[in-house]
Amino acid sequence: MSAALRIVRAGPGLSLQDAGRPGFLAEGLSRGGAMDPLALAEGAALLGQPVRGALAVEMAGAGGTFRAEGADLLVALTGAPMMAEIDGARVAWSASHLLPEGAELKIGGASMGSYGYLSVAGLDADDVLGARSAHLAAGIGGLLQTGERLGAAPAPGPGGMTIAAEERFGGGEIRVLPSVQTDAFDAATLARLESTEFRKDARASRMGARLSHEGAGFSSTAHLSILSEIIVPGDVQVIGDGAPYVLLNECQSMGGYPRIATVIEADLPRVAQAAPGSPIRLRFVTLDAALAAREAADKDVKSLPGRVAPRVRAPGDIPDLLSYQLVGGAISAHHDNEG
Amino acid sequence: MTTKADAEFPRLHRMGEAGLLVEFGDRLSMQANAAVLAFRAALDAAAWPGVEESATSLKSVFLRFDPARLAHERLEADLRDLLAARDWYRAGLPEGRSLWRVPTLFGGDAGPQLEDAARRAGMSADDAVQAVCAAPLRVLTIGFAPGLPYLGQLPEAFDIPRQTDLNPNVPGGGLALAIRQLVLFPVGTQTGWRWIGRAALDVFGQRAERPFPLTAGDEIRFDPVETAEFEAAWQDVAAGHLVATREAIG
Repeated sequence: MSAALRIVRAGPGLSLQDAGRPGFLAEGLSRGGAMDPLALAEGAALLGQPVRGALAVEMAGAGGTFRAEGADLLVALTGAPMMAEIDGARVAWSASHLLPEGAELKIGGASMGSYGYLSVAGLDADDVLGARSAHLAAGIGGLLQTGERLGAAPAPGPGGMTIAAEERFGGGEIRVLPSVQTDAFDAATLARLESTEFRKDARASRMGARLSHEGAGFSSTAHLSILSEIIVPGDVQVIGDGAPYVLLNECQSMGGYPRIATVIEADLPRVAQAAPGSPIRLRFVTLDAALAAREAADKDVKSLPGRVAPRVRAPGDIPDLLSYQLVGGAISAHHDNEG
Repeated sequence: MTTKADAEFPRLHRMGEAGLLVEFGDRLSMQANAAVLAFRAALDAAAWPGVEESATSLKSVFLRFDPARLAHERLEADLRDLLAARDWYRAGLPEGRSLWRVPTLFGGDAGPQLEDAARRAGMSADDAVQAVCAAPLRVLTIGFAPGLPYLGQLPEAFDIPRQTDLNPNVPGGGLALAIRQLVLFPVGTQTGWRWIGRAALDVFGQRAERPFPLTAGDEIRFDPVETAEFEAAWQDVAAGHLVATREAIG
């Protein structure tokens, strides 16, 4: 039997995700893809695989139970930290692990943040329109179900690698740029947008997140029925009740609500990852600041393979010290992770 | 009507750190939409390094680009030059478009709001169907949902508002009408547009040879057919076949 990951029990929000499917906006399809691209890249780095083309199981809110079939598998756990164990033994997050054939990996609910990622070496799925990610809103692929079997490769290494994850799971300050209708909001309203402490609404999805607050809504002089216009992930629409709504990866391609701002790309995963109820503040920055943040985020991803390190464990924690490959760290250094 | 003499348009808006919008008007006009289609075709033909994607709405062209390769100031200057190079409102529609003919069933279970829409337009259901099918309609833009075309413009009598209550589920192929436009749904959708018929065309077949058959600027002529003919056509569509016919126009 070929190597595969069996979904023994699927949590409610599992889907396959890669970097998405940019390039179909003219056809009405938003880019989709992993809500936390950094977590996807961290997973690839931990596995010693290229970041480009990386594919993982995205887990919204909670994981499920998974079993290695046909071979030992190499897995990595990144993104929103979740309780994880292999055959009953607790395993670390932001780390890679060997999942021996027949062993079960059980992943619980997120302790911080929203989206966890289970990367598996050699994970495979069908290509649709140039990508393998599910686009739930567009009906491409779908939620993974209990019993499904995902093709994978026999473990190319022993695991035991770890990476320090940048904190991005509790909301906080989100940098924004002006958008198409920002000028239709008066100065006092824009000042209030920056001074308000929002809470991420629990109904957030891969399409978008409503930001809730107490007090008056954010009204503009824009026509009530703006002719529908192209919208993109990051745009902050002011919806009917005056609340800001941040568009995320699976947003529609056109919308008619006024846009008060747009979240910079580097901070969009923080909005996606913020747990329900997390505090969020919006702060306008200059285009130069946004471009600098974009460049820094890009560098950060490129530096990931070099930041992967063998996990230091107390010898007593290791059940069979002799079988543990102490040079396991070599697997990450010899791959081109920058793809 | 928006014309080049209108100093307000075309105008540029930044959309985040990697997007620019070129707006040709603030309401729908066939002329502004034609300018949009012509300008996008010119941009795609120019293939400027660093521009990664273009798309159009009813009245604008959107560009996504890589700011590490193409600076905002440079792209904005190049766009202003291209805008000034000709009167895009009189440039005519681009080449390479198609005229589609689509077998369509109007009224009854396939379009339960045909009577309502016709009454609001001040005519009989038969006359409304004839008016909708009288001339080819332009694919003004594609969006909201994957593949979904906005078609227009219908005669002024059809300037009827969207209803506030949503139709719970207009099926794939459903043709719905409001504000002098038609939309054709790729999959079952909730909508405030009035559902008048069903067209035998899958506008988003994700595993089809041509997943998105339509391009903005194409034209569609809906040919009214009887129930039996439509059912047969729909079976073919459901099996992944293209039933609508297509010919090149300009």
